[in-house]
Amino acid sequence: MIEQNLLLILVLLPFVGAVAAATLPVNAHSAAAWLSGLTMAGGLAILAGFYDPVSQGLVIRGTVQWVPAIGLNLSFRLDGFAWLFVTLVLSIGILVVLYARYYLSKTDPVPRFYSFLMAFTGAMLGILLSGNALMLVVFWELTSIFSFLLIGYWHGNPNARDGARTALVITAGGGVCLLAAMLLLGQIVGSYQLDRILNSGDIIRAHPLYLPVMVLFLIGAFTKSAQFPFHFWLPGAMAAPTPVSAFLHSATMVKAGVFLLIRFSPALGGTDTWFYVVTGTGMITLIMGAVIALFRHDLKGLLAYSTISHLGLITALAGIGGSAAILAAIFHIVNHAVFKASLFMAAGIIDHETGTRDMRRLSGLIRVMPITGALAIVAAGAMAGVPLLNGFISKEMFLAEAVGWHNGTWLDNALPWLATVASIFAVAYSARFIGSVFFGPLATDLPKKPHEPPHWMRRPVELLVLICLIVGILPGQTLGAVLNAALASVMGRGTEHYDIALWHGFNEPLMMSLLALAAGGLLYALTGRWVARGPEGPPFFHMIRGQKIYEWLMLRLSWKWPRMIHGFVGTEKLQLQLRIMVLLALAVGFAALWNSGFIGPIAKWNTPNLAFGLMWVVGASCAIAAAWQAKYHRFAALVLLGGAGTITCLTFAWFSAPDLAVTQLLVELVTTVLLLLGLRWLPRRRSEIAADRLLPARIRRIWDLVIASVAGAGLAAMAYAVMTRPLVPNIGDWFLRNAYYEGGGTNTVNVILVDFRAFDTFGEITVLAIVGLTVFALLRRFRPAPESIAAPAQQRGSTPKMLGNYLLIASMIMKYMFPVLIVVAADLFFRGHDLPGGGFSAGVTIATALLLQYLATNVRWIEARITVLPIRWMGFGLLIAGATGIGAWAFGYPFLTAHARYIDLPLIGKTPAATALIFDLGVFSLVVGATVLMLIAIAHQSLRAARMREAEEEAEKKKETA
Amino acid sequence: MELILSAAIGILSASGIWLLLRPRTFQVIIGLALLSYAVNLFIFSMGRLTVGQPPIMPKGGFVDPTRYADPLPQALVLTAIVISFATTALFLVVMMASRGMTGTDHVDGKDKD
Repeated sequence: MIEQNLLLILVLLPFVGAVAAATLPVNAHSAAAWLSGLTMAGGLAILAGFYDPVSQGLVIRGTVQWVPAIGLNLSFRLDGFAWLFVTLVLSIGILVVLYARYYLSKTDPVPRFYSFLMAFTGAMLGILLSGNALMLVVFWELTSIFSFLLIGYWHGNPNARDGARTALVITAGGGVCLLAAMLLLGQIVGSYQLDRILNSGDIIRAHPLYLPVMVLFLIGAFTKSAQFPFHFWLPGAMAAPTPVSAFLHSATMVKAGVFLLIRFSPALGGTDTWFYVVTGTGMITLIMGAVIALFRHDLKGLLAYSTISHLGLITALAGIGGSAAILAAIFHIVNHAVFKASLFMAAGIIDHETGTRDMRRLSGLIRVMPITGALAIVAAGAMAGVPLLNGFISKEMFLAEAVGWHNGTWLDNALPWLATVASIFAVAYSARFIGSVFFGPLATDLPKKPHEPPHWMRRPVELLVLICLIVGILPGQTLGAVLNAALASVMGRGTEHYDIALWHGFNEPLMMSLLALAAGGLLYALTGRWVARGPEGPPFFHMIRGQKIYEWLMLRLSWKWPRMIHGFVGTEKLQLQLRIMVLLALAVGFAALWNSGFIGPIAKWNTPNLAFGLMWVVGASCAIAAAWQAKYHRFAALVLLGGAGTITCLTFAWFSAPDLAVTQLLVELVTTVLLLLGLRWLPRRRSEIAADRLLPARIRRIWDLVIASVAGAGLAAMAYAVMTRPLVPNIGDWFLRNAYYEGGGTNTVNVILVDFRAFDTFGEITVLAIVGLTVFALLRRFRPAPESIAAPAQQRGSTPKMLGNYLLIASMIMKYMFPVLIVVAADLFFRGHDLPGGGFSAGVTIATALLLQYLATNVRWIEARITVLPIRWMGFGLLIAGATGIGAWAFGYPFLTAHARYIDLPLIGKTPAATALIFDLGVFSLVVGATVLMLIAIAHQSLRAARMREAEEEAEKKKETA
Repeated sequence: MELILSAAIGILSASGIWLLLRPRTFQVIIGLALLSYAVNLFIFSMGRLTVGQPPIMPKGGFVDPTRYADPLPQALVLTAIVISFATTALFLVVMMASRGMTGTDHVDGKDKD
């Protein structure tokens, strides 16, 4: 149990550190560094405790139940390989933290840097420790996102932004492929547990989907590990601060890809296709990277291509497969991380102290920075594969595999030659790095006067170089046990134990190494000057740039083609869009109902009532007339709309729905006022628009009439078909039976709203609140059309005194209606649980009462007397409704469980006092707030326009007097 | 009754849809209001038509559900009425803003016909 918790802490720790670092003040350089360093040290301490069980081949697992109902858990596992990798990440992480403390300048927002770095570390550990394939992909994408943030840390620099974006697009795109691969793997194996997938190699390889899975998986791994042809994001990412490069391109980001290749090689590898694709890509990347690295003039560019090349080497080994190759791959991951981190840091020191990274300008620095120079020379030796250094040993193992392993294919036969060529170039670019920067005459025209860096900035490099030496001389004693444990955890138990030794006698790999050293040295000696004069890249090939192709493609994919497609199939015409929507709805409706026995036997039939029929003759006439008049006679259309609404309201009352009738009537009122307020801002339309008489407009109207008639007939037929069938017993019966016993109310509709389905109502009132706020926000920026600002024609020529007595009697009545309406609203509210009424209708009533006051007098008069704060009403309503719901938790019930009882109040008698009533109070308050907010906000536009007018008039008066 | 109400739903919705396809914002807003009546009545009618039996229960005792109107469509329509008011208000404001910004009340934002 304690192991499980420690494992979870190990994953969580960096994320906690990230959040903590993010909260530090901007100038807390040391604090942020200490925090990050200690977090990583804590992780290392946990790992130290895990060494014993892991080295004995045990796998430590930690599981957090997440959604146990569908078997979705967060599971983590730590085996030998993961242990080695996590240790590597955290160790180099600490050194990077220390280095960055001195590298970053005082003006950089440092806590943000450490926060991103910690979060990135956490995501990386997540990849390494995931026990579930889908979680692995999630962490994988997280590393893409955090590396984007890290690479773009200096976001003022356009190169950094471009580099970060390219890295994100490429690696996250690969992540999507990886997700697809993992989903397919999960389908093939029947589980997303990593253990199951890794043990099902035979099933996976025999499956018909093996090839697509493999290709998708490899795209994921290759993009992350910067393999050809996806390699170009890595040099672009060199715009990052050097500590980021040292971390991302040595131990973490790019190594995630090869980690995955090695981890999944038992499951996916072992076939000829795998060998050709993986080893082939690896070898191309190895040679291409090495050749380009020689021709780069930028120090970090050289190191970037060298990284690509070494990743190719590891990929090639993963493609070969087998215990010896995997061991070599794991070993080279460690060695490369150590020497490349130290080289990046050394390059950073040179950049920091001289002000340039251009090798053509740098020269003879060994004289002014002898210690840094010596360290860089040793590290570059490791990169080149010089004996007695760590890079040599794993490279020997690679060469031994290239020579000794056979499957008889042409690629296999070519391997030793290709490996030797790549090694020659590796030696040559390492020699160039050392030769051009540290030897020769001391450069004179550097931006800064070079000197040794602060001690603590150099310490990480010193330590890493020391490791290069120790591992290089005593490989078996230092890393033998750990590497074998890692190998066993990848390849399964019973893997033979390998002795890692420096000396294997004069064999072919040693000959190849020596040949490479000699030839590489010669190559640099002969071509060094020519290379320095040449372009940034190999002759001819420097013109083919992955970055250029990528940008060409991105421009088309993200800008040109989408616009072309949009121009072709899209439209900005709302009218057309609405027509398409209506036609689609029609088509779907017909498709669903065609041949479904549409009109069945009639089972239920209410005898037609003449009064009802006449009512609807009026209603239908109103609707048709409204449609006819809406263009040129808006006010008439509005009145007719009200007629149709009233008939609808009567229909509700007729068919036993008193609640609906009440609400519809009130809402009808408010809607009409609302639209009346809006009329003021529409353009005047006295004469007919000429184009309306033309043929295209006529055709469109007839065509729309056909659509509308078909839709209306369809809806009518559907309604008729359903209404004439018997009602099947449904959930409504349950509501009826239990409204009183469970909800404590006799008005079932209200009980459903505030008790049984209160959560729905909660959602509804939230929507109402959002709409209210949106209306308010939209109107704050409202600019009326110029011709609507002037006073309307009806007001012109009338003096304020005349307007003062306008509708005097009516306004007196309206004023006195205010308390009456409040009583009506209170009645509607309190009886709502038992009789028609409730929070909705009470709320609209109060809103109407307020509205009447606005109509009765004028805005200024009313606002001097009553202060309505609609937003507070809304907030109060939402809070009450939410609090009632949460209150149920206190008694151990689910959200919004209601409690009902009746209490005896003096004078009033038995009153329902359900907690649902409090919820209804929230509904009421919110409806009041939202309705009043919308109405007042729109009504106020007139006031604003009037104020603008007054201000203008005053300004003109001032002008005249002046 | 069923025939009258379904014809009413048909006419309301046809008028609403025809207005929905018209070029002026005010026409569309009236159309939406008409359409919301039609849809509310349609949903309401799914509970069948019952006269004089509102779903108000006695306090206690046995309840025979067939003697009352179906309360569920009523509850659905009640919130729908309030929400359709909210959308009308929202649309009205968008209409006003669009008129102020584009200088026309054409739904496409360009005065063409």
